[in-house]
Amino acid sequence: MAQGVSNSNRPAKPPIWNDPVYRALFFQFLVLGGVIALGAYLISNTLDNLARQGIASGFGFLDTTAGFSILMSLIDYSEENTYGRAFFVGLFNTLLVAGIGIFFATIFGFLVGVARLSSNWLLAKMATVYIETLRNIPLLLQIFFWYFGVLRNLPAPRDSAMVMESFFLNNRGLYSPRPVFEDGFALISWAFVAAIVIIIFMAKWAHKRQEKTGQQFHTVYASIGIIIGLPSIAAVIAGFPMSWNYPELTGFNFTGGIVVIPELVSLALALSLYTATFIAEIVRSGIMAVSHGQTEASYALGIKPGVTLRKVVIPQALRVIIPPLTSQYLNLTKNSSLAAAIAYPDLVLVFGGIVLNQTGQAIEVLSITMAVYLTISLLISAFMNWYNNKMALVER
Amino acid sequence: MSDQKPTHKLGEHPDWAPPSITIGAVGWVRANMLSSPLNIFLTLLCGYLIYLSVPPVVQWAFLDADWFGTNRDDCSREGACWIYIGFWFKQIMYGRYPDTEVWRINFAYALLVVAAIPLFVPSFRWKGWLSVFLLIGYPIIAFYLFVGGSFGMEHVETPLWGGLFLTLVISVLGIVASLPIGIVLALGRRSDMPVVKAICIGFIEFWRGIPLITVLFMSSVMFPLFLPEGMHFDKLIRALIGVMLFSAAYMAEVVRGGLQAIPKGQTEAAEALGLSYWKTMNLVIMPQALKLVIPGIVNTFIGLFKDTTLVLIIGLFDLLGMIQLVGTNPDWLGFHIEGYVFAAFVFWCFCFSMSRYSQHLEKKLHTGH
Repeated sequence: MAQGVSNSNRPAKPPIWNDPVYRALFFQFLVLGGVIALGAYLISNTLDNLARQGIASGFGFLDTTAGFSILMSLIDYSEENTYGRAFFVGLFNTLLVAGIGIFFATIFGFLVGVARLSSNWLLAKMATVYIETLRNIPLLLQIFFWYFGVLRNLPAPRDSAMVMESFFLNNRGLYSPRPVFEDGFALISWAFVAAIVIIIFMAKWAHKRQEKTGQQFHTVYASIGIIIGLPSIAAVIAGFPMSWNYPELTGFNFTGGIVVIPELVSLALALSLYTATFIAEIVRSGIMAVSHGQTEASYALGIKPGVTLRKVVIPQALRVIIPPLTSQYLNLTKNSSLAAAIAYPDLVLVFGGIVLNQTGQAIEVLSITMAVYLTISLLISAFMNWYNNKMALVER
Repeated sequence: MSDQKPTHKLGEHPDWAPPSITIGAVGWVRANMLSSPLNIFLTLLCGYLIYLSVPPVVQWAFLDADWFGTNRDDCSREGACWIYIGFWFKQIMYGRYPDTEVWRINFAYALLVVAAIPLFVPSFRWKGWLSVFLLIGYPIIAFYLFVGGSFGMEHVETPLWGGLFLTLVISVLGIVASLPIGIVLALGRRSDMPVVKAICIGFIEFWRGIPLITVLFMSSVMFPLFLPEGMHFDKLIRALIGVMLFSAAYMAEVVRGGLQAIPKGQTEAAEALGLSYWKTMNLVIMPQALKLVIPGIVNTFIGLFKDTTLVLIIGLFDLLGMIQLVGTNPDWLGFHIEGYVFAAFVFWCFCFSMSRYSQHLEKKLHTGH
């Protein structure tokens, strides 16, 4: 041993099977080979099976006429349209229900999260009971409860509940008047756009002035004034070019107006109430993560409570809140696929359900469906990373 | 106050009791419910909400409910018809499992409970061996009990399985099987080897990015295409494989969180002692990391337990699926709400107790730094 050391200063090179570099290379080749072999095996099986069942693969089916109708669609769609268009109908319906769900879940979640921290004992306990109850019950069960248990048991169209002769609620959905835009409405829209542009510039100007001189400007009040004022003036000039189309009972159902189908209501309701429980807990932990010393220091500097909340507590709490919040948004979007269980025509029901059954193109259809969800999820996580980098503490 | 004469000498002032409205129940209510105008308003609002919601629910679920009877006609009162649940109880619990064979399920439950109790006794010594039995031995015994066909037990086909029994089978098997896969994936994701790392990241992000329902669709329509000719899997097994891969991805992220929490010095120290990679992991890192992630595993299990309800969409009748099925029975129409309330109660009991347990573990394992 001693002789070996004295002969050379460098340790003897290990045999090739003990060299970490070669070991790692070998192991990686092994894994890669295994994965490729498994993939090739599955693909060859699939091709065999497809050939035996006589299914032609490829995406040509997207241009074929669909031949089925869809209960609800945001874009023009009829039975003569193609499968490709049906895909977009489903996609937009998914995005619609996810958007509605995210909107209400965020508002309600923030309210409940703050309520749980309230100094009012009764309010805090009610928030706790709400959170602990709803988040421990499966979402699908809640969707079923609202759909089969509540909304389907509403009165028939003839006996619908109504508000002011214009809003009707029955087991076919919620009917409300629809605005009809006449000539000259464009002026109001342009006024609205102009108001938004003015507000953006005003906010920038006010910020700059405050940085320079310390003088504050009531941006919020001014913005409210502009956003209501400009379109109103435009409306007066154009002579109120808008009327309402009221829903009316004809025969067994209502016609006209806007209808919100019960499938959408129950899905959006269940999604927002369920996700709000998780958001509430995230908000609570975010607020609790801001140490009380921050608030006290801010008060000691003579900053008002409202400004303290806006400029000291919330920016720090948001840093904790946003990452888990985005993953809840992602969960909500993925959970919106439960629509298939109550026949709300979302992407999974329209594309993964009806189109798949009609064409038998299981692989293509499911790949597209999964690719859509994967894209949404990658977009959201890309946003999250961008936001995290932007909000990260800049340490000196 | 100032013109009042001092009645006591300096230093001899007796301790007065605090004003009666600041102590006791009155003081508590004033401090916690009526401290400011906003608080008074909130208290009144909450009180009104409780008044609106609680009495009708109690009236419906307890006071006006029908509890005893054997058929639909006994449900004559205004409130809930719990006879409905009683009538279908066996289906809701066991699905269409043959009546004479239900003892096998009950026996497996009992065995699980008896075997699991010592794990919660701190002074019990052979926890390791018991865990090995529960993770490896018990599933084998349970498999033979449920499927039958040997030891003189009648064979029960999986389409007959259902109810809470099926929910438990899918969720427990899903979580137990996903743990080893998840550990391997988590180690792969933290590996220095780029190919292994890329494959693991791709796998994890793929399964985490798609909804479970598309996984189940995939398992029911796409999976048979992957298999060679003549090979055929049961619908339940296909769903189980889907659920397993899906939850393995989530499990991998949970385990990765635990691995990240272990300081690098631990690995370096183990390597300095000459331990190989697998020995370092098995003897040093994993025991510490897995202990840390137990609450995370319980939370994943809660999520999976709730998500198991989705299997009804591909035609397996779990607890919720059974409730839906018996709700369509022509003799018992119109009792949807009772069914959902009962299912919600069962799910809530399981999930709530597990989440409490995981919080308790978190506190216990949080030894402080």
